[in-house]
This record gives sequence, structure tokens and C-alpha cells, in this order.
Amino acid sequence: MCCENQALMDEMLAKVIEEHKDMPGALIPVLHEAQAIYGYLPEDVMKKISEGLGEPVAKVYGVATFYSQFSLTKKGKFKINVCMGTACYVKGSADILNKLKERLAIEVGECTEDGKFSLDACRCIGACGLAPVITVNDEVYGRLTEADIDDIIDKYEAMEA
Amino acid sequence: MTAEKKRDYKTITEIRELREESLKKIGARIGVGDYDGADIHIMVCGSTGCTSSGSGKLLEKLNLLMAEDGLNEKVAIVKTGCFGLCAEGPIVMVQPGNYMYTQVNPDDLDEIWECHIKGGRPVERLISQNETEFFSKQKRVALRNCGRIDPECIDEYIAFDGYEALSMVLTEMEPEDVIDAIKESGLRGRGGGGFPAGVKWEAAAKQESKEKYICCNADEGDPGAFMDRSILEGDPHSVIEAMAIAGYAVGAHKGFVYIRAEYPIAVERLRTAIAQAREYGLLGKNILGRGFEFDIEIRLGAGAFVCGEGSALMISIEGNRGEPRPKPPRATEKGLFSKPTVLNNVETFANVPQIIVKGVEWYNSIGTEKSKGTKVFAVSGKINNTGLVEIPMGTSLREIIYDIGGGIPGDKKFKAAQTGGPSGGCIPADLIDTPIDYDSLTSLGSMMGSGGLIVMDETTCMVDIAKFFLEFTVEESCGKCPPCRIGTKRMLEIITRITEGKGSMEDLDELEELSEAIQRGALCGLGQSAPNPVLSTMKYFKDEYIAHVRDKKCPAGVCISMLRYIIEKESCKRCGICAKNCPVGAISGSKEWPYVIDQDKCIKCGVCMSKCPFKSIMKNA
Repeated sequence: MCCENQALMDEMLAKVIEEHKDMPGALIPVLHEAQAIYGYLPEDVMKKISEGLGEPVAKVYGVATFYSQFSLTKKGKFKINVCMGTACYVKGSADILNKLKERLAIEVGECTEDGKFSLDACRCIGACGLAPVITVNDEVYGRLTEADIDDIIDKYEAMEA
Repeated sequence: MTAEKKRDYKTITEIRELREESLKKIGARIGVGDYDGADIHIMVCGSTGCTSSGSGKLLEKLNLLMAEDGLNEKVAIVKTGCFGLCAEGPIVMVQPGNYMYTQVNPDDLDEIWECHIKGGRPVERLISQNETEFFSKQKRVALRNCGRIDPECIDEYIAFDGYEALSMVLTEMEPEDVIDAIKESGLRGRGGGGFPAGVKWEAAAKQESKEKYICCNADEGDPGAFMDRSILEGDPHSVIEAMAIAGYAVGAHKGFVYIRAEYPIAVERLRTAIAQAREYGLLGKNILGRGFEFDIEIRLGAGAFVCGEGSALMISIEGNRGEPRPKPPRATEKGLFSKPTVLNNVETFANVPQIIVKGVEWYNSIGTEKSKGTKVFAVSGKINNTGLVEIPMGTSLREIIYDIGGGIPGDKKFKAAQTGGPSGGCIPADLIDTPIDYDSLTSLGSMMGSGGLIVMDETTCMVDIAKFFLEFTVEESCGKCPPCRIGTKRMLEIITRITEGKGSMEDLDELEELSEAIQRGALCGLGQSAPNPVLSTMKYFKDEYIAHVRDKKCPAGVCISMLRYIIEKESCKRCGICAKNCPVGAISGSKEWPYVIDQDKCIKCGVCMSKCPFKSIMKNA
């Protein structure tokens, strides 16, 4: 099953590279699409992109590591992002982040051992009216206090079970 | 097969006919007597803020209710852009009559549907009390269509003078006339620096080159700023139309919008809008049949703050690490793909069609002598009406905070407002009557910036805020030039020391010295302005820095290592709840002895204070 998936993903990547080959400045759009396919940017994917677009691997790696949206490590099934924009910060997002670190026992940028949760601090998502805000995948949780965190995580834990 | 080849554009006459038709269809919404569309328009905010607070569910429910009652002919449900009052989302406005319902939940919706929509009796209980104060001092130019139209429907944009400016430009004006109009309007860049837009266009127009580009900077990176996102979510066609006008003025045929990937709704609406514009031939090879060619491509950013800087943005579109390059040459000479390029931000573009349609004199009548027009601010932080406001230049900070913003929650004291994000500075309480324009803000040591305005009250520590912005700068520095890469890091180390109570008076001098060196030595505008938050807080709140350094105290009670939790002997009932809850066993006492906190063991988590039933534990800064 896994290998079939792998083959399917590789095929999708090859198509993306083919479509973007002649576009000026194609590297960043291709990296975006590759990350959408694989969930992150593994080394062999970056190599394939390098070959496909005729760019040195060093450049692909350089660009992938420059931009914070690109991840070279696997993310959790539930991706938690804590907004650290000014409005959220002023309203206590640092406390929220600490609480999450404590609950999940991981640091920012890490993924729990069971692969369920990954934790990141992100730049302003613009939902400043709801500050402080976190997102779990595409779901937004606003006007939070530390006390809300356990309930949110419990909800996703239960979803898995 | 017909002999005549099908045209792939609409003519100006057709667009104008469409405008009449479309306006008639939505006439009830704006109180026109003679209309042929729905009688009631329910406008539901579909931008990021309200979507996050649940407007999607409201839309689903409304559609269900409408289908159940078979009111499709009578009622129109419209998903709009941002109304501005984000703190009170989700927002539903019923037209005609401007009935604004705030914090609407699905149950409220039943009542609104039964009483107001079907019964014609507005639900007073749910109508916003803040609507008048919030809107009365605003003037909406760039946001004119936000909350008024469905941004995914080009016909509604056309209804309100949409693409009329482009029609006028292509039929009545030479490129030089367009440039003159923008120059005379006094429109200055809304992204930060405030460079006159017309002068920029003129510089690019003068270059001899077959290929030129128009770029739109939608990489809104300042934390706490969401003006550009709201414009793109609420009125994407205004930006598309303006870019085409700019293309005509400078002789460019291709445009790029560089937009943050963190703004999925804005990206989607912009995509839809571009496709619709192409379908009507408002983008493409022969726009409005006038022989002018222009098209737009979207490029997604990937989370690098520095790409909001002009040269870095273009280098990023070219597919590289977004590192700024030295200037000159300016982008108008050698920009994207080394061709002459005009780069303006979203809000700047959004003003352009109105300037053409309503005229330079109209635009000149708004604002101050050197800052014409309006400015959109995203107001957040310690303020009641968090949201998006558009004010004429020259409005005072007091009016924004107290009249439009509804004051500070809990009647706390206003301490300062931060403008311009990590490149800007703060305006202290005693300068609250300063009229806001480019030059007054610069003279105060802040800057207009892109429009983030963060309100801070007495519980905000200014040293901590300066540290927050420095952390941001250090994290986002691209690393190309040493003054920014190393200098801001050293500044952060010093300021961290100060917030930990380990600073010395010499540290303050060193901060100033480093700031000056970075301002003079950094390669790009972002690096040069990185010390601003420190300098401006030091200028207006030196006493707070001194309190941290000399007295080892944080007056606002924010800097944790200087914080002490203390149990008030008199009111302590010796119940022992605090000691039971302390995670590190730092509290001791008994029925006989008052409880005390061992400051050496205390980790300042604050659990004791939140658990004490008698409010006997105090935070002592």
C-alpha cells in the first residue's frame, strides 16, 4: 500500500515538474506543490526537483531552507500552529505555546513520537480580532486561555481513538 | 459556422450596459427604488476573521432556510469581504437599512430569519450598538467595496464603477495623462516608505525596454497587519483593474501578484477574479477591444518576512532565496528579471481606479497637505473594537482609539500605540492628539508602515515589546549583511539581559550605539529600520528601561524573572490550596503559620494566584 502511494506521489511530482519546466522562477511554485504532495520535502524529492528543473541541488536546498513554509521534516497528522503575531503576543500567546509544549512534551518544530501532533509557532495569520489564536490543520481556535488547551488536544486524541 | 469570428472580449459599451443591468439587480441593497432583483440582501462576512469565528456555518444555514421557505426570488444571500468590526464577528448585515448583526450564532439566525427577513421586524436585541461610532469617522476609499459586494462576482464589482477607470484610461487618456493624474493626486505608497506612486510610474515609463513588469506586493508580513488581505478578500478586482491601468501607463504587459501563502482565502478569491476578468476580456490580448495587452500571474510567498522588501520580493519571484540587493539600480530601471518594474502594494493599487473615476481634485480634497487620501489601519491589541478601519489622513490617534475603536477594555489606561510593525515605533499617550500622516509619524520616530496599529495599555511592558520585535527581526533577518544579521542578534542579547534583571546602565548606551550602526550599515530598508522599536521605546519610556536595569523591577509586571508572587498575610485564610497546587513545592505553612513562598524555588508559573479562593496572592513587580 505504502509503495503504491509512493509511486503515485512520484508520478504526481513528475507531472508538476513537467508543467513548470519552462516557467521563469519555477522553483518556489514547484516546492509548494511538492510539499502539498508529500507533506514535507524529503531529500530525494529535492534531488528529483533539482534534476527536473536543471537547478543545482545546493540551490534547491538553499531555497527550501530559506523559507519557513517549507519543512524538511515530517509533520504530525494534526499540525498545530500557534500564532505569534503582535496582537496574539500581547494577549498571551506565549503562555498558550508553553502549555502546548508541556502537554505534548515536544518543542517547537517537533512532532510527537506517535506522529499525531506537530507543533509550530507561526507568523501572524491575520485573525487578530480573535487573539490569541491557534490553528489545528485548517481549524481556527480563537480567544483562548491556557485552560482551553487540554480540551482541544483531548478532542483530537479522541478523534484518533 | 457563422462567418463572424466570436469575439473574446467585451466592448466598453457592453461593460457599461452590464453595469446598469447589474446595478438594477442589486438595487434593493443600496436603497434604489427601481430594481428587479431580490428585495432583501443578507450580507455575510466571508473573510478570514469572520470565517474563523464561524460565518461558514451561518451561510450554510441561511441557504437551508431559504430553500425550505422557497424565498430564492425574494432574498439574496451574499458572501462579502470584511466589514471591519472583526472583534464582533461573525457579522451579518441585512440590507436595505444597514442592520448590522454581530456575534451571530446559528440560533440567533433563526430569530433573524423569522422576525426580520420574513416578518420585516429587525431584531433589536442583536443589532450592534457599536456600528455608528465605528463607521461614522471613517472614510472608505480602498475598502469601498468590502462588505458591499460579493468579491467572487465580477458583475457586482462592475455595478459600482468597476472597470470604468480602465475604460476611461484606454479611450480618453494617453499613458502620460495617467501618470500625471496619479502624480497630481499625491498618492503615496501605502506599504511603508510612502514614495509617490506617480513618480515611480513615470520613472518606469521613461525606460526604453520591450519588456516591463507591474508587481503587486501582497506579502503583508508585519505582525498584526491585515489590511491588504482584507482588500484582496473583499475587492480583488480593484487591484486587478489598477494593475492593468499601471501597465498601460508604463508600457508593461505582464503583472505579478506576490502574495503570502498564509492567506488561502485571499489567494482563492484573487484566482477567481483573474479568471473572471480574463473571461470578460478585461485581461488578455485585446482588452476591451482597444488593442492593449495585459495579464496577471499569482506567485505565492513561502513565509519569509524579508520578501516584503522590494528587491527581495522580485528575487524571490525569480525563484531564489529572497535576499535583498544593494540599490541603485532602482527597480524602475532594473527590477524583475532585470527589466524595468513598478512595485506597489495592494492598498496603493486599490486607490487608483477611484482616482481616475472621481478625479484628482476629489482625491486631493481628502487628507492633509503632504499626505493625500485615506489610510487603512488594522487596529488590534488592547482595544474594544479590534478590526479594520479606514480614515482620512490627518485623523488623530485619539479619534481612532476612543471614537472608532471604542476605547480600551476594562477602562485601563492607554499607554502607547505601535505603528509600522518591526520597522516602526511607538506613539506614547501624551502624543495621542497627533494627526496621523506620513510626516508626523516619521518625526515622532515611528512610521506609517503598512498600517498595523497595536494598542497597548498599562499592563504592557515596553521593554518586553521592544524585545518581541527584535526577536522577530532576528528570526526573519535574511542573513546577507552583517549589520542586520549580527547586530540585531547582539541587541537582542542585551535586551534579554535587561528583561532578566541582569542589565547595566552601560547596556543602554550600547543599545543606542548598535542601533545607530545598524541604521547606517544595513543593506535594505528592513535592516535599517530594525532598531526603531528599541530606539522609540527608549525615547519615550526610558524610565521603564532604567527601572529594569537599576531597580530590577518591571513596572508592568510582565518580565517574569523580576516577578515575585507574594502571599498577603492579613487576608490569607491558611487553607493550604496554594501549597497543594504549587508544582515545585515552593509554598509552605500550616493552620498555625501563615503560608509563604520560597522565592528561590518559585518558578513564577502563577498557579497559586489563580487557585487562591481569597485573592490573597499578589503579583509584585
